[in-house]
Amino acid sequence: MEQLLKEYLPILIFLCIAVAMAVGMVIASFVIASQKPDSEKVSPYECGFEAFDDSRGQFDVRFYLVAILFIIFDLEVAFLFPWAISLGAIGMFGFWSMICFLGILTIGFVYEWRKGALEWE
Amino acid sequence: MVQAIAFYAFAFVTIAAGVMVVSSRNPVHSVLYLILAFFNAAGLFVLIGAEFIAMILVVVYVGAVAVLFLFVVMMLDINFVELRQGFMQYLPIGALLGLILLVELFFVIGIWSFLEDGSMLTAVIPVQNITNTHALGNVLYTKYVYLFQAAGLILLIAMIGAIVLTLRSRPGARKQKIADQLSRRSEDILDVVKVKEGEGV
Amino acid sequence: MSIIQLPSMISASPEIFLAGAGMILLMIGVFRKTDGTGVLSMATILCFIVAIIAGFLYGGQENAFYGMFITTSFTQFSKSLILVGSILAVVLANDYMKTEKAQRFEVPVLILFATLGMMMMVSAGDLIALYIGLELQSLSLYVLAAIRRDSLKSTEAGLKYFVLGALSSGMLLYGASLIYGFSGSTDFLDIANVINEQKDNLSLGILIGLVFLISGLAFKVSAVPFHMWTPDVYEGAPTPITALLAISPKIAALCLFIQVLIGPFSAIIEQWQQIIIFISIASMTLGAVAALMQTNIKRLLAYSSIGHMGYALIGLASANEAGISGVLIYLAIYLFMNVGTFGCILCMRRNGQAVEQISDLAGASKSHPMMAFALLVFMFSMAGIPPLAGFFGKWFIFLAAIEAQLYTLAIIGVISSVVAAFYYLRIIKFMYFDEIVAPLDKGLTKNLRTVIYGSMTLVIIFFLAPGTLVSSAAKAAKSLIGVNG
Repeated sequence: MEQLLKEYLPILIFLCIAVAMAVGMVIASFVIASQKPDSEKVSPYECGFEAFDDSRGQFDVRFYLVAILFIIFDLEVAFLFPWAISLGAIGMFGFWSMICFLGILTIGFVYEWRKGALEWE
Repeated sequence: MVQAIAFYAFAFVTIAAGVMVVSSRNPVHSVLYLILAFFNAAGLFVLIGAEFIAMILVVVYVGAVAVLFLFVVMMLDINFVELRQGFMQYLPIGALLGLILLVELFFVIGIWSFLEDGSMLTAVIPVQNITNTHALGNVLYTKYVYLFQAAGLILLIAMIGAIVLTLRSRPGARKQKIADQLSRRSEDILDVVKVKEGEGV
Repeated sequence: MSIIQLPSMISASPEIFLAGAGMILLMIGVFRKTDGTGVLSMATILCFIVAIIAGFLYGGQENAFYGMFITTSFTQFSKSLILVGSILAVVLANDYMKTEKAQRFEVPVLILFATLGMMMMVSAGDLIALYIGLELQSLSLYVLAAIRRDSLKSTEAGLKYFVLGALSSGMLLYGASLIYGFSGSTDFLDIANVINEQKDNLSLGILIGLVFLISGLAFKVSAVPFHMWTPDVYEGAPTPITALLAISPKIAALCLFIQVLIGPFSAIIEQWQQIIIFISIASMTLGAVAALMQTNIKRLLAYSSIGHMGYALIGLASANEAGISGVLIYLAIYLFMNVGTFGCILCMRRNGQAVEQISDLAGASKSHPMMAFALLVFMFSMAGIPPLAGFFGKWFIFLAAIEAQLYTLAIIGVISSVVAAFYYLRIIKFMYFDEIVAPLDKGLTKNLRTVIYGSMTLVIIFFLAPGTLVSSAAKAAKSLIGVNG
């Protein structure tokens, strides 16, 4: 357990540095830079209209389809990692088991392709 | 020591991010806080030695599910300000549900610690000198082959379902036809015309 | 170290065949230039028939996939029922798509995968296998319920079914994880051993897990208090899909219910029996009372099916051989009554539009004498009037309840079936004693006629030769009780 966690220590240190840098920069900009805000400066635009509506534009449902298909293949990839690690131990049976699994998803992929779900107009 | 500090840091940020998911005004910000929560939860998983789940959390949840959430938030035409108005109204019942869940959790932990007999320990995987991922790989594709293939079928159904329910072919839309585009030759579409002076084409 | 050698798979051959066939059919459908819905429907039916035959040929006592997949006479019997239900649903769906001109070749393929999921559920010998089968089934059914995506009602049905189904799956998973945590295994045999050991001092974790598991399963059979989704989903989903939802998944979920409770949890019967008795009484009562107010015939059938599940659960509550075989007989009869009734609903069209109000049936006995007669038979049968099949279904169930000394349950069952008879008779009153307001369209397709009249004949003549069904159900029940008892 301890051993395992030690392997992750560099990542933790890295994360700490990243957070410290980010926070430090924000704070530094407050402390060092001279700030003299007035109502004109902090308003969104110096000219033109005030923004009064949601800036969010509606997305097409096709983005959603792409995201769903992406999740499915992402999950498929997640299954590949343990397989790759222990392929030596599980032998031919394990190998063909994965090939069969990939075959099922390839069927799905061919279906998608033929249906034109991957095409963008 | 470092472990404890890391745990408290991750746990604190996870909870703070969770609160922000619920309370931030902009739904897009909510999704971003959710991603932060996922990242920190992954950190917590690493701390308890479940590095595979941590990786899955980053790859699948941060990489795909959060993106899906973002797309859904962008797709739906919902006025989130209006949606939020019922917040105070639903707060009591929400708090009650949260409380019940908390009590249930204590309940489960409570029984667990009461019953310290051997039958409890059977659920614990014998400690081996291999990583989680390795242990999973050793059984998932052989011993659990039935479930593994069935999971593949479920993913297939998910694909079919997503396409059946959302894919629409629009008449008149121009699609990419790679083969046609590549096989186009300049001779077919370009004519070099000699134009005489003063006449035009 | 891991297991390298290949597991035994022979008894799972119907399922493996269906999985392969489903993928091939999907490819055929997507590569055909013209619409292949009709062809694929035929092929799907053929696959189901092959699966039934294969089930009888290979479904021995040997378990497949390291005990995760169980086959007994019980699973063989229930799988045959499920497959017959799905065959009839495919016939109805194909017919419906042709009339509505809304052909989608995915429909038969999805029905095939849903059926595969149901078969995997019934054969589950492991908590994970149970869950995976359930999800395969549910996921296909969510899509099917919402398949008419341009209709608001259909999408609403799909969404409601999905959200509540996901909730119930969550409860089921929570229960399963508690059971795993406190028993140390997901395998039914191991769980049974652990429970047998601590029979007198059962850990609370297993008990809570069991309650959650029962809640999740009750959701799938739409037993009260987990029935809320049923009327809305039945009303909104396309009618043949409603027929499918009313038949196969119900049979599968109920058989799974039996498989789980009579299997690993048979030692703690006194713990779950009271829950089953409660949901059985609640379902029968609500099914009888709430249906009285309905004007839409599909909603009415939803409440009627809730009631029917209540009756079937009596058999499970009795937990004896008579009870289990009673449930199986009840389900077989329920299948044909429901298919026939939904066939009749599919006939209800006016000016080319499907209509679903009960009042639309007014005077149908004059415009559609045969259809009206068939519906009369189904309604009488559902009400439990002898000598129709529905009466025998109820009879076997009540007999089992009396044998198990559950007298209250039997009495409440009889009373609620009297109340329920009222609304079945109301439909008949509309057809036979009301004047025609606007006649329904003439003309039944050949398939629809075959389904309606075929099931009508079976319902009528059941009392002549009940022997085959009763004896095979008894054999199935014996295989289940015999193994675990």
